[in-house]
Amino acid sequence: MKKYIYMDNAATTPVKQEVLDEMLPYFNVNYGNPSSIYTLGSKSKNAISIAREKIAKAINADAREIFFTAGGSEADNWAIKGIAYANKNKGNHIITSKIEHHAVLHTCQYLEKQGFRVTYLDVDQYGLIDLEQLKEAITDDTILISIMFANNEIGTIQPIKEIGEIAKEKGIYFHTDAVQAIGHIKIDVDELNIDLLSMSAHKFYGPKGIGALYVRRGVKIDSLIAGGGQERNKRAGTENVPGIVGMGKAIELAYENLEEKNAKLIKLRDRLIEKIFEKIDYVRLNGHPTNRLPGNVNVCFEFIEGESILLSLDMVGIAASSGSACTSGSLEPSHVLLAIGLSHEIAHGSVRLTLGDFNTEEEVDYVAEKLAEIVSRLRSMSPLYEKIKEEK
Amino acid sequence: MYSEKVMDHFMNPRNVGEIQDADGIGEVGNARCGDIMKMYLKIEDGVIVDVKFKTFGCGSAIASSSMATELIKGKTIEEAMEVTNKAVAEALDGLPPIKMHCSLLAEQAIKAALYDYAKKNNIEIKGLENFDPQADVHDHDHEHA
Repeated sequence: MKKYIYMDNAATTPVKQEVLDEMLPYFNVNYGNPSSIYTLGSKSKNAISIAREKIAKAINADAREIFFTAGGSEADNWAIKGIAYANKNKGNHIITSKIEHHAVLHTCQYLEKQGFRVTYLDVDQYGLIDLEQLKEAITDDTILISIMFANNEIGTIQPIKEIGEIAKEKGIYFHTDAVQAIGHIKIDVDELNIDLLSMSAHKFYGPKGIGALYVRRGVKIDSLIAGGGQERNKRAGTENVPGIVGMGKAIELAYENLEEKNAKLIKLRDRLIEKIFEKIDYVRLNGHPTNRLPGNVNVCFEFIEGESILLSLDMVGIAASSGSACTSGSLEPSHVLLAIGLSHEIAHGSVRLTLGDFNTEEEVDYVAEKLAEIVSRLRSMSPLYEKIKEEK
Repeated sequence: MYSEKVMDHFMNPRNVGEIQDADGIGEVGNARCGDIMKMYLKIEDGVIVDVKFKTFGCGSAIASSSMATELIKGKTIEEAMEVTNKAVAEALDGLPPIKMHCSLLAEQAIKAALYDYAKKNNIEIKGLENFDPQADVHDHDHEHA
C-alpha cells in the first residue's frame, strides 16, 4: 500500500467533487456581486438564498436565522461577544466549559478583561460536563451558556438537550459550537433548545473559509463586523458566494444517508480501537467509549511522545494529529486532555485518528499494524518504558 | 518542518540503548515537559570509547540525542565538554526555534553523564564546577509559553 492514508478528518476534510462542481461557476461565470441589481448580481443572490435554505433545513431552522461567516472561529467569536455586548444591561456572567475550542476559550478570556465574569465548568473523565454544576453556576447575572456540541479532540458528545432545557427554563441564551458535530450528527435546534449554533463547512467536505452562525429569531445580538448591509445588517462584507454555494451543497450531501454513513463509520472506528488495544499494551482510550463522534479515535500510548508518533506515521503515509505539547507550538499538552484528568506525561503520548467518508477497513487495519510497529520502536528508545520493564 | 538530517537521525538513530557497566550515566529533562534523555558513557583513559542513549520525546529530541552521541564518541572528555547545544543543532542542519531546547537537553545530557563519571571517580572536570544535573532546561521556555 503506497497511497496516502488521511485520518485527520477532524482537522479538515477534502471538498467533495459534487461540491466543487457546484462552486466553480461562481468564480468566473456567475461572478456578480449579490448586492448588484443587474441579472448577474441576482444570480449570485439567488444562489445564496438556495444555500441558506439548505443549511436552515438541515438544522430545522428558518433561512432568516442563518448568517454566513468566514468560518467556525468567527461564528464563535460573534456569538459570544455579540451576546455579551448586546445583553450587558441584563448581566455580565457567561458559563462555558474547560474543554471548549480556543475560539470560545480565548473569546471568553478576552471578555473577562472587559469586565465580564466567566465560569469554566469542569468535565469528568469522559469529557462530559456535570449538569448539576451547570445549574449551580447559574446566577441572576448569567446571560449566556456556551457549551460545545462535540469535542474536537476526544469526540465526546455533550448532553445538549438537557443543557438546552436548563437554559430555556432560566431564560438564558444557549450557544453551542457545533463545528465538529454538524453534518455528522442529526441536529434540530428547536428540539434541543439551541439559540445560537456555530458551524464550519470544511469539516463536512465543504470549502475552507466559510461558516455560519444560526441565531434564533428574537435573540438580541450585536454585530461583530461593521460595514455594508449584507446578511440583513448583521454581518457586513461581500458574500463569499462560491463558498456559500459549496457549504449548501456539502450540508445537503452530509445529511443524505446519514445513518447509513454513521453506521459504517462507527464500525470502522470501533474496529480501529479494538485493533489498537489488541496489538498494543499501556494504551488508553480518551473520551466517552460510546457517546462520541462516529469517526473519532483518541488514544494515549504511555512512555512515548505524540509528535514522534505523528512523524513516524507520516513516514509511512498516514496523516493523524496529537494533543502533545510538541505539536501545539507551546510546552503544555492539550487543555482537553488535562481537563479529563490525564497527567502531563500521559497527555504527551496522545494520538487522534479521525475517520471520514473515504476511509476503508483495509486502511484501518494498515494503520493499526503500523501504529503497533511505531509504538514498539519508540518504546524501545524510551527510558520510561525501560523502567516499567525493570519493575515487572 | 525538520531538515533531512533531523529526520534521518530520528528514523535511524545512532547509538540507541544502554551500557550495563557504564562509567557515567546522565539523565535530564522530565516527563511532565515531554522529554527525558538518558545518556550512558564508557570512558577509558579520558576517552569516551562508547556511548548509548535512551530518549522519551519528540522527533527533534530523539535526533538531538542521536547526534550528540555521534559528536562525542571517540572524543576526549575535554572535547566532549566543548559540544554545545548550538553544535548539536548545527550538525543537524538546524532545528526550528521552538525545538532549540531539545539540543540544549542533549548538551545537558552529555554534561550530566560526565558529571556522574567525575563524581564516581572523584575527579574534577573543567567546566562542571557549577554544574547542576537537576537544572531544568525548560525554565526559560515556560516564560515565553
